Amino acid sequence: MKKVLLIAAALAVTTSASAAGKLEIFSWWSGDEGPALEALIKIYKAKYPSVTVDNATVSGGAGTNAKAVLKTRMLGGTPPDSFQAHAGQELIGTWVVAGRMEDLSGLFKSEGFDKVFPKDLIRLISQGGKIWSVPVNVHRSNVMWYNPAKLKAWGVTAPKTWPEFIKTCSTLKAKGVAAPLVVGENWTQQHLWESVMIGTLGAQGWENLWSGKMKFTDPRVVGAFTTFGKVMDCANKDASGLSWQQASDRIIDGTSAFNVMGDWAAGYFTTTKKLAPNTGFGWAPAPGTTKTFVMLADSFGLPKGAKDRTEALNWLKVLGSKAGQDAFNPLKGSIAARTDSDLSKYNTYSQSAARDWKSNKIVGSLVHGAVAPESFTSAFGAVIDQFVASKNSAAAAAAAQQLAVRAGISK
Amino acid sequence: MKGLSKDRLWSIAVLAPSIILIAVFVYGFIARSVYVSMTDWGNDPAQALALDPIIRWVGLANYQELFSGFLQGRFRQEMISTIFFTIFFILGCLGLGLGLALILDRNPKGEGLWRTIFLFPMSLSFIVTGTIWRWMLQPQGGLNQAPTLFGAQPGTFGWLSSSDAILKFDWNKLPLLTASVVGVVLIVMAVRAARSGDRTRTLVAAVCAAILIVWALLIGPNVKMLPAPELHGFNLALIGIIIAAVWQMSGYTMALYLAGLRGIPEELREAAKVDGANDLGLYRHVIFPLLAPISLSAMIVLGHISLKIFDLVYAMAGPDNLATSVPALNMYLTSFRQNQFSLGAAIGTILLILVAFVIVPYLASQFRQEDGHA
Repeated sequence: MKKVLLIAAALAVTTSASAAGKLEIFSWWSGDEGPALEALIKIYKAKYPSVTVDNATVSGGAGTNAKAVLKTRMLGGTPPDSFQAHAGQELIGTWVVAGRMEDLSGLFKSEGFDKVFPKDLIRLISQGGKIWSVPVNVHRSNVMWYNPAKLKAWGVTAPKTWPEFIKTCSTLKAKGVAAPLVVGENWTQQHLWESVMIGTLGAQGWENLWSGKMKFTDPRVVGAFTTFGKVMDCANKDASGLSWQQASDRIIDGTSAFNVMGDWAAGYFTTTKKLAPNTGFGWAPAPGTTKTFVMLADSFGLPKGAKDRTEALNWLKVLGSKAGQDAFNPLKGSIAARTDSDLSKYNTYSQSAARDWKSNKIVGSLVHGAVAPESFTSAFGAVIDQFVASKNSAAAAAAAQQLAVRAGISK
Repeated sequence: MKGLSKDRLWSIAVLAPSIILIAVFVYGFIARSVYVSMTDWGNDPAQALALDPIIRWVGLANYQELFSGFLQGRFRQEMISTIFFTIFFILGCLGLGLGLALILDRNPKGEGLWRTIFLFPMSLSFIVTGTIWRWMLQPQGGLNQAPTLFGAQPGTFGWLSSSDAILKFDWNKLPLLTASVVGVVLIVMAVRAARSGDRTRTLVAAVCAAILIVWALLIGPNVKMLPAPELHGFNLALIGIIIAAVWQMSGYTMALYLAGLRGIPEELREAAKVDGANDLGLYRHVIFPLLAPISLSAMIVLGHISLKIFDLVYAMAGPDNLATSVPALNMYLTSFRQNQFSLGAAIGTILLILVAFVIVPYLASQFRQEDGHA
């Protein structure tokens, strides 16, 4: 915490010393993702050469550190000009409801973003008829990864529904695969949970859950929890000690058959592990979610009271533009949120994801902040942990319902 | 006037800044946290981070939520984990530290080098210790691979990832358990007082014990804190964290004990030997009693470290691992990830009270001793 405060103080000092013609971009993109951000900044600088860009990156996976620094700055009255947040409720449930963001509907109209972004996506980043952020990239959450050679050797195929998955699981167990499914630490289990839920309830049911039309205590949700319990029975017992990369490794070495993870795994397989798509690793939509694209996106918003508002608006224009998105996404390993992007720039996996992005039903991911505020997602981790230990569907559903009421999702 | 001599004015002037700073930044902030813990700040997401949040006074509702709320099972598990962690951590450090000190006290070759080696872990931060030990306790690496050096099968114990628990009990029985334990302690006190002939003390302790036990037998079983039974116990995954914590801090207890051992005058040992004590008797009747105050100091220091431990657990098992979570971690997540500031402040206040339970009696006894000497 001390460190965080120090960084915040240092950042505050640099902003207060700023001159006109300056833009501060606050994100958690460092390391592997740094070059992608640099590509965006390069485009911005080419368009607005007089502006000094201050890349205020706070490193740390999924922005855990950056979010703490951001909170300190927002509460302290020195918001960055534009900051990164997961698109959807993570931004809306935290900052929009607190009345600290500017409405971007006008920008979407003037730049024509509302025509090129899918309607389902626009709905996920809107609240109260207003649009709150510009998504830069899109990742898919409901992908099931496997090792094609291994599946052939075991004589199974990628299951299409969750009941079929459980059947395949017992077949594999009979063949001596101790854990047909590999999961990692808590958030990857939540990640699996959302795929099981969507695969069981359907995309519409999932949307009803987050709009409050369906309660978590609904028998269908309780039943889906039970299915999730059966799916977890197929999983490894040392889950909480594994990162998602370590879990993915077990697909490659053939310890486990399946892993449900977001499509950043494709980047890990091709770049880090040097595997070829379709032969070294294979993928399919998570069981029951064919024709559904569970998305998560990084986006930038405009906080009220930003020092360099005009520059920030120009930055948002670059983010949403075709040139910006096609410069950023091939480097980041994600796909463009726009439907008119140049597919030739992307790799094999991303091309298939981009095709699905245009044709599938789009819903938001829970664990990556699209459909529920952080207060829900963070506390829901404990519900999943308790459920995995006790396998009590009714209790887990009741707890989730209470959380939903507290977070203002359900009445 | 004698009270305002030049010296006195000087001392006031020199001390005033630090007194003011401590008053504001320690006690002022404690008071503020306690106040926040009795409001609803953050329970409504729309108000949590608003420019002018509407904050209402709710009294002890947040504490009630933590101890008997349906959603706060995580916090209750953490309280139990903290107690187990504290007990094993202190026992481990005292045992290992005393053992090492006794060995070093026999003046082995290269004693200075050994002392440095054993004391060295303490110079690392918990984050570093945690990261190293996380590597060693990986499910498929480190310690679990050790048996393969001798040609055996690798181990399969989930040092940090096990979700099994032992010594489970129902949270609803907590009042009953507490009353029984305190009752037994009171009975022991009463018996002791009776033996030493202190009549009022015997009477008070006996009456209190009787009331508690009657309550435990008649009313205790009917107290229901939660609608359904909720089992909590000692999670096996904590063992990995206890090992790392003991590794880090046992050098410190070793140094304390070694100082204590070196402080025992040689004449005492010789006198005991002249009186016919063997080695065992010497340690049992002469040396260990003299080391008792050191054990107490070590327990105080280790106890408050263990109650507020955060970084080690964060580094070793991550923030979202229920089996190894501790209240300080929950406080951080509740306040800064879920934006539930009042609930986080309530957890912080409970931690403060727990630490105060350990520190205040110690400080009081220290002050009394100093007064005695003066």
